[in-house]
Amino acid sequence: MPRHDRLPQRNGFSAGEWIALAALGVLVACALAPALLAPVPPLAVNPAEAFTPPSLTHPFGTDDSGRDVLSRVIFGARDSLVIGAVATLLGLAAGIALGALAGGSRGRLLAPVRFIADRVIEALFAFPGLLLALLLITVWGPGTASIVVAVAISTAPGYARMVRGGVRQALGSGPVEAARLQGDRAARVWATLVLPEAMRPVLVLATLGVGHAVVLAAALGFLGLGSPPPAPEWGAMLNSGRPYLTKAWWITFFPGAMILAVGIATTVIGRALERERRFA
Amino acid sequence: MTGEGWWWRAAARVGGAVAVLVTVATLAFVALQFIPGDPAEAALGGPGSQASAAALEAARAEFGLDRPILTQYFDFMWRLLRGDLGVSYAQRIPVSEVLGNAIGPTLLLTFTALLLAWALALVSVVIASGHSRRARSVASALDLTAAAMPNFWLASLLVLLFASVLGWFPPVSTGGFSGIVLPALALAIPTAGFLAQVCRAGVDAARTAPFIESARARGETELGIRVRHVMRHGLVPGLNLTAWALGSLLGGAAVIEVIFARPGLGRTLVTGVLGRDVPVVLGVVLFSACAYVVVALVTDLVISRVDPRTESRLAQAVPRA
Amino acid sequence: MSARQPGIPGEIPQKVSVHLPADSTAATPGRVLARVESLTVRFPGHRAPAIDGVSLVVHAGECVALVGESGSGKSLTARALLGLLPRAAIATHTSLEIVAPGGTLRAAPEPGHRRWDAIRGAHGSLIPQDALGALDPLRRVEHEVGDALRLHRLASGAERRHRVLAALNAAGMPEPARHLRQRSDELSGGLRQRALVATALIADPEFIVADEPTTALDAGHRGNVLARLRQRVDQGCGVLLITHDLASVRGVADRVLVMRHGRIIEAGEPAHVLSDPTHPFTRELLESSPAGKPRGVRLTGASVSPDDSQELPASAPVAPIAAPRDTCAPRLELAEISVSFGTHQVLRSVSLELGAGETVGLVGESGSGKTTLLRVALGLQRPDAGTVRIDGVDRQALSAAARLQLRRRLAFVPQDPLDSFPRGATGGQILADALRAAGIPRASRTAQSAALATEVGLETDLLRRPTQSLSGGQRQRLSIARALARDPEVLLLDEPVSALDVTVQARVLDLLDEVQARRGTSFLFVSHDVDVIHHMSDRVLRLENGEIARG
Repeated sequence: MPRHDRLPQRNGFSAGEWIALAALGVLVACALAPALLAPVPPLAVNPAEAFTPPSLTHPFGTDDSGRDVLSRVIFGARDSLVIGAVATLLGLAAGIALGALAGGSRGRLLAPVRFIADRVIEALFAFPGLLLALLLITVWGPGTASIVVAVAISTAPGYARMVRGGVRQALGSGPVEAARLQGDRAARVWATLVLPEAMRPVLVLATLGVGHAVVLAAALGFLGLGSPPPAPEWGAMLNSGRPYLTKAWWITFFPGAMILAVGIATTVIGRALERERRFA
Repeated sequence: MTGEGWWWRAAARVGGAVAVLVTVATLAFVALQFIPGDPAEAALGGPGSQASAAALEAARAEFGLDRPILTQYFDFMWRLLRGDLGVSYAQRIPVSEVLGNAIGPTLLLTFTALLLAWALALVSVVIASGHSRRARSVASALDLTAAAMPNFWLASLLVLLFASVLGWFPPVSTGGFSGIVLPALALAIPTAGFLAQVCRAGVDAARTAPFIESARARGETELGIRVRHVMRHGLVPGLNLTAWALGSLLGGAAVIEVIFARPGLGRTLVTGVLGRDVPVVLGVVLFSACAYVVVALVTDLVISRVDPRTESRLAQAVPRA
Repeated sequence: MSARQPGIPGEIPQKVSVHLPADSTAATPGRVLARVESLTVRFPGHRAPAIDGVSLVVHAGECVALVGESGSGKSLTARALLGLLPRAAIATHTSLEIVAPGGTLRAAPEPGHRRWDAIRGAHGSLIPQDALGALDPLRRVEHEVGDALRLHRLASGAERRHRVLAALNAAGMPEPARHLRQRSDELSGGLRQRALVATALIADPEFIVADEPTTALDAGHRGNVLARLRQRVDQGCGVLLITHDLASVRGVADRVLVMRHGRIIEAGEPAHVLSDPTHPFTRELLESSPAGKPRGVRLTGASVSPDDSQELPASAPVAPIAAPRDTCAPRLELAEISVSFGTHQVLRSVSLELGAGETVGLVGESGSGKTTLLRVALGLQRPDAGTVRIDGVDRQALSAAARLQLRRRLAFVPQDPLDSFPRGATGGQILADALRAAGIPRASRTAQSAALATEVGLETDLLRRPTQSLSGGQRQRLSIARALARDPEVLLLDEPVSALDVTVQARVLDLLDEVQARRGTSFLFVSHDVDVIHHMSDRVLRLENGEIARG
């Protein structure tokens, strides 16, 4: 009876989701071929035109050195998205490994492995993301590579938790039990049933994760820990615009808006993927 | 959970939390080993300090850097237990003192932001617990946007709007009440967005649950169903996230305190990072992690009294920010 | 009304009989408590209406039974009478009347209207099916049960608690005071259902809708709940009893309505409908019920329903199977098995033997340890004490490799087949995988899959579809085919037909009989349904609190 109460499920993406996908596509294009899309080079200094508000020639205005903000934002996409993507991939790899280890260690023999892996996951998760990244950067020194690895390690425990839960659930599920009863060996069970089932949410997580990684990397850039100026990194650009907030709001506004756009787009697409996966 | 069984489970959870704290400290120690270069040199101000060999020796002895690593580890843990976090490289005073001075304003900011975040999230959830699909879509879109907002950008916008244009609040913390509003708001809004999303998922699940029909069959009013049944189920997943929210706010405080020039742990931390003052950075980060573990334990215990269903923490995809 | 079947050894638990008052057959109906005329309910996106022109009336002092299979619309019809249709439903009717505050019959309010709040709980109430979740898991039992009293301002404070205890007692809950402060998750299925009964009846409503109120209960308690409902009827209430089991309405209902595909196809007094039904579907329902039918008698085949063209027609009737008593070692032997989880003792020194070609039925309430016993037999659960012998060989004494070989002689048919199929797999893939595990070379797997499918009455076309798109009966057939892939000596079945409609259940039970006759497989059949067990088993064992009970 209550089954009729559920709203009919849509198949395919809605209009908003296509827009989000398109927006992300544009940003990826900016990351891959910024020189093609940017009207002027991002480092081209032009003091005479400093602090011009958004106009037709400079849709996002110019900054304190007369550089075109739009071009810098476009070039900044590369930094942010590449850092976000690479950090997410690394974090995923580490998280999946750790989560599979924690979830798959069963029985008395492997109990210490499981105990330690569980505690490591929980301990890593206890550090707030930004703070863990800051600690690691303090240890290794600033720079893009540091940021990538720091963000990767910060995001890894979230993935580890999901994979751990997925592995545990899969190991106790009906198909695995049926396979064991059939006499299938453990390796086969893992390869054909446990890992595919535990990996199902990974695409969704990775999509959402890229958004978070971009924000985290931008925060680090904002604090001045990324590539040194005048590199067009969104977070650093945002920070550089703060002294001129009242007279030239656009220097701060547009880089931040881009970060927000990435965040919204990845969340929307991630949710759509989740919905499709659930009702496929 | 029956009364008797609960105490055992609580004890087990406390034990688990202690183990996590130990692991946290161990991971911090491991991270410390990766500092490139000579740690004694770093203690004296970095490679540029051109310290003499004797000074390096003294520093090594002072910080115990010449002993085997396992001894250093136990030394480290023992000192932590006694609350000794070392001495700040830059300020030359104990880190615990540095933290002690900075912790008050940060806790004030963080708790204010947490309350604000909950208030905002509740408004959004109450709107969502009714039947109007339009209201739900609008609330959902707002939550999504709020959660995705980078708090340093939001802070700048808030300063621009409320301080520069409207002049209602100061752009930099003055120490009075009005000085806390903008920073707290900048921290609260993204967290509120996330809390609201999670609570709304709980509300949606509750609205179509079988026990709602049972309640209606007894004559429960629409309002009663919303308040007595749906809201409770919506709030439980949010409560589960309290510890995470606190951690996220502590992290955000680092950036927000810098923007608003507020004294506190965050600003101390950033100064430490920029100056590579490892003890201070370690101190702040360790404190935050331990605060998370303790708060998570407490909320876990409280919730397990109220909702016996969720034995394990919900493994949700929480963002790292 | 107890039944003794000839030729079956062992005791049979008594069915509690419910006595009708002497003049019930000639009862003049009292005032009308609920009535609907020409009710039609549609859902957007579905072409056929869920309910198609149904008219129904319930008087005071009578019990009306609404019988049908899943999807027949019986639950929806009952809910329409209480204004509890889902929001998406589009309902039309020429009249809908319900007893209102004050006792008079009045036109029912619009769905969702506030006036329903005064009616529901106090004048008309619903005993829902115990879907796990009919009670709010965050609220205490005391508050949930006493809610109607609070909402209609009938009692408060100490008096309310007193009445809650009385209602729980009346519903048959043992030690109600102990459960007051618990939450619904902490109660077993049976206790939860009794709490639901108490919740609905506590405010003494005149019109009661009982939606399958006894599915989680065993035979004894089932009779109690029905007896209490009958008491209410005798006191002047009107009860609408929803059930899927036509045979069970005997002695409880004054009138029976049979629904199918949203229409009422048969109506009358139970004595007439059950002994001489007019509609062929009613006849099929009666024949499909295994109650009172001895071992080996076919349940289906006499009248084939025209709508289920997917399932192949049954073959020749099966002769009753004599239980052969070999002198060889029993195929499966469980000796003095004890299992405990923590402090809870699940099985206490349980022993059973299964010979060649025979069926042993294991019956018991949920929580009695049946599933655990099966898991011990399969090797999924290590017992604290006792031995498991397969063909006389002690399994624990063997090496891991030999144990694996031995495992191949057993096969398992689980309660929920869909849960054991990998997500997205097709029937063909599942059978091929089972054949691979049984050592069949790749070349012959396709042919063998087809043969297995035919043996279980599954059209080979269906093997290409993902398992989610198969019906309940088809999935169970696939599950049986998978189990047969390695030609096991023993088939262990855990509630294989509990989730199926009676007509589908009958076909699957007949299929199992055919398989046994053809292959000589021994069955260990676990169920909570006494009728099914007695129909299928050569010997019946009853598990109660982890022990084999006698009598």
